[in-house]
Amino acid sequence: MDQTSLILAIESSCDETSVAVIKNGDIILSNIIATQINSHQRFGGVVPEVASRHHIEQITICIEQALKQAEVRKEDLDAVAVTYGPGLVGALLVGVSAAKAFAFANELPLIPVNHMIGHIYAARFVKPIVFPALALLVSGGHTELVYMPTENEFKIIGETRDDAAGEAYDKVGRVMGLKYPAGKAIDELAHQGEDIFKFPRAMEHEDNFDFSFSGLKSAFINTVHHADQINEELSKKDLAASFQQSVVDVITAKTVRACEQLEIKQLILAGGVAANRGLRDTLDKELGEKFNHLDFVKAPLDLCGDNGAMIGAAGEMLMRHQVFADMTLNADPSLEFDWEPEAIK
Amino acid sequence: MKILAMDTSNVTLSVAVLDSEQLLAMQTTNIKRNHSKQLMPIISQTLAEAGMALNEIDRIVVAKGPGSYTGLRIAVTTAKTLALTLNAELVGVSSLEMLVPNAPQNGLVVPFFDARNGNVFAGIYEKNGEQVVNVLADQHISFEKLLAKINELGRPVYFVSSQFEQFQTMVENTLVVVAEHSGKLNSLPNAHALGILGLQKTELENVYTFVPAYLRVTEAERNWKEKHPNDENKESYVRQIN
Repeated sequence: MDQTSLILAIESSCDETSVAVIKNGDIILSNIIATQINSHQRFGGVVPEVASRHHIEQITICIEQALKQAEVRKEDLDAVAVTYGPGLVGALLVGVSAAKAFAFANELPLIPVNHMIGHIYAARFVKPIVFPALALLVSGGHTELVYMPTENEFKIIGETRDDAAGEAYDKVGRVMGLKYPAGKAIDELAHQGEDIFKFPRAMEHEDNFDFSFSGLKSAFINTVHHADQINEELSKKDLAASFQQSVVDVITAKTVRACEQLEIKQLILAGGVAANRGLRDTLDKELGEKFNHLDFVKAPLDLCGDNGAMIGAAGEMLMRHQVFADMTLNADPSLEFDWEPEAIK
Repeated sequence: MKILAMDTSNVTLSVAVLDSEQLLAMQTTNIKRNHSKQLMPIISQTLAEAGMALNEIDRIVVAKGPGSYTGLRIAVTTAKTLALTLNAELVGVSSLEMLVPNAPQNGLVVPFFDARNGNVFAGIYEKNGEQVVNVLADQHISFEKLLAKINELGRPVYFVSSQFEQFQTMVENTLVVVAEHSGKLNSLPNAHALGILGLQKTELENVYTFVPAYLRVTEAERNWKEKHPNDENKESYVRQIN
């Protein structure tokens, strides 16, 4: 039996158009990413209609280049995988329409991929995922703990009740006069400052796995505005360090507790904010001290943001589970995992 | 020449397979369904009815706009990707121009779509048998200004629009030339006419750079340009990082 599989994977859920060719689920033959950050920086955030317009400019260029760079012919492919949600509906539709047309024209099976499974499966490029596992997903749109008892089973045991962590970074960044997206800049500033403001750690000690970042955001903004009013100059480095410490403390506390209560073999850190050094280092340290047999796998730095490779990695797993879509596949902007906080008891 | 023509610019979805000008099969729906779900299955069915395999198609013709932004992107993305992977020719035809053949007689034809707040997407065309020539370029324009431009031309016109009734009073009060309009029968786009117009075009689209003719910049970009009149570095808005 032929053991190799080649998947063309397409991602267009937000502000990156990306197409990858993935071999056997964990080998990247190509991963073309066209990012629109420079465009959305003009507006201080992603404008959906502008994003959709950029996607349609880029989509066929990215498909062609992904095949070319991988040195793969259409005839060699086994399937087409595509992100169909969650995300911006107009943006998703470009990828979904292209994937359907490509799959139909080349008589290939079509694999519908949940973008969040994609983020988790970026970890596959480090090492195989071992179950039961827990994923900490932190991005601009999501902050959630996802329990995976077996392959292709996903249960949310905790999530943010208001802003996602990445969203809080961007809002706070705007107040500090930083360019969108502000995550990386805040992370860098934080490493040069100290947590002197002691912002609130919302829900840190509550008996659940949920998060909340809007109170932190308000406390931050109030502090800055108050200083403005009395003409006091606050250190950006200390502001960044204090904000980041609050985010990292809460996420770490909840994650450690989930790891204690679940019998898991692996913890996976993924999503755009997984590139945050403060979060990576703190989790490394805390988990290393508390657990002997827990394998902590961080998505590779260059695959934390949105990309086609992770969609291909997830697509290969879904293909083995016979998850296919027909030509009526539609975008599902609010797609999410099942919410099962009881899964932990 | 074997042609696959498709339009999802507005509520109507129409797909046709032609052998040169000859229609082989066509499917048109005019219900508020989801074009994203419907388009590929209808393409597949229409090809099957025409007894044609997708890889026999020489040219793909798509209505490129104006129209609903999301609707336009569904057909244009599908057409681009099919053309790329089949190595077929790609032709874009104005979503307004494709309504011109609906007019029963020769002369000036004005297709338009409602664009809200008294505005329309419209163009003025001269129809002469199967030949269609553009007189006023497709644009986003207030209906009032459009009527003024028609009055300047001073010749009878034929409006094609499924939303004509909303504008009828204004036409009667403002227009000094003779005007007729498409009834329910002649107001809808059909992909057969689109295919014939696409067959006549000699200019092919570049598959990679082809985008819908939105005819409007986004509100965010309009506001940004007002504040930054000299800032124009469009080339670097999107860049590859891998």
